[in-house]
Amino acid sequence: MEVKPHISKSEIWSYLEEVIDPEIPVLNVVEMGIVRDVEYEGEQLIVKITPTYSGCPAMNAIEMEIHKKLREKGIESFKVLTDFKESWTTDWMTDHAKKKLKDYGIAPPEKTEESGDFLSSLKSSQKIVPCPYCDAMDTVLQSEFGSTACKSQYYCNECEQPFEHFKCI
Amino acid sequence: MSTFDTIPQTRKEALIEILLRLGDDRLIHGHRLSEWAGHGPELEEDLALANVALDMIGHASSLYAYAAELDGKEDEDYYAYFRDDIDFKNIAMVELPRGDFAFTMARQFLFSAFSYFLYDKLIKTVDDEQFNGMLQKHFKEIKYHLRHSREWVFRLGDGTDESHKRTQDAFDEIWMYTGEMFDMDEADKAAIKHNLFVDVTSFKDEWKNLVNETLEEATLSVPDYDQYMFSGSRQGRHTEHLGPLLAQMQFLRRSHPDAEWK
Repeated sequence: MEVKPHISKSEIWSYLEEVIDPEIPVLNVVEMGIVRDVEYEGEQLIVKITPTYSGCPAMNAIEMEIHKKLREKGIESFKVLTDFKESWTTDWMTDHAKKKLKDYGIAPPEKTEESGDFLSSLKSSQKIVPCPYCDAMDTVLQSEFGSTACKSQYYCNECEQPFEHFKCI
Repeated sequence: MSTFDTIPQTRKEALIEILLRLGDDRLIHGHRLSEWAGHGPELEEDLALANVALDMIGHASSLYAYAAELDGKEDEDYYAYFRDDIDFKNIAMVELPRGDFAFTMARQFLFSAFSYFLYDKLIKTVDDEQFNGMLQKHFKEIKYHLRHSREWVFRLGDGTDESHKRTQDAFDEIWMYTGEMFDMDEADKAAIKHNLFVDVTSFKDEWKNLVNETLEEATLSVPDYDQYMFSGSRQGRHTEHLGPLLAQMQFLRRSHPDAEWK
């Protein structure tokens, strides 16, 4: 079937911004940095996505949602490809997205440091993650792994609330 | 390539072999970890073990998918579900039954430490864009696995008499399966020639240092590195534990090959 040739790439990006991350429903897949590229190969639209975490179970759901959205917009000829060439990092999240995370009660990721020496960081004390509710610094790591692969579990000693932190990777 | 013909002749064959070796270690280890779902000692750990399992199965899935693409197989499921034990190339350490929590954490620590050094070298060496991209992604997650399991070795080793004893027993029991991580064969050498793998013996000392340091700090004694070491799993000679694991993992898919979740 013929693609409408005039749907511009920026239009496609705006459609994709309507696709919500199923596990973090305040963010869309563009803000998350999951959609890497949109291009036409001849008549066919190619959307490249990359998984946040290798075993992220939401990837299938995200792919299906993208299919649904593009069809809903009348696009018939397209492919969604998973691309591993670049590895996803929380640095691809926009500042706006990080603010939305915080408002939602998830402590956003800081900028990743390419600390050359992971082994010595293994031995040093944990970093400080401010509480997303009361901004207190007196928080403690409870588990490196939270409800989803991308989050760890913290507790705020100030407001006595457990909260999740989006891991920096 | 069949199990009995493990010397890859071309660059492509060498790459497939390495993808499968890395993938098999991760799938089988991931499956053992998944057996903890619902049985963790506390809720946070139950989630953590399931998360690590998911990461490792995810690593296997991406490695297999690339192998399938190169090898003309339909998809990654072929490698997970339609091969027999003799075709699996994982080291025996990861197929051992999950044991108690101390055993699970001791194994996780030894394997994650090995993976950390291996991946650190691989991403500087592997001359294949897609493969290298995957490795970089896995590497970030491996760091979390290492940090997590290492913390548990401290807590358990330097914990109660009971947890100390169980953790020491776990390291003693696993020890003879650690040698295999550093075995090299013709397939490894073929891959090294094409800049697709590294000499694993080159980082054995770094691995030992981290293990010694961690065990000592956890008040555990380090078993003898020169004791008898099991070998041969990469060539398909496994322990008796892999067969039953595969039977459980594969039976549904083999009984109903085209079944789909609805």
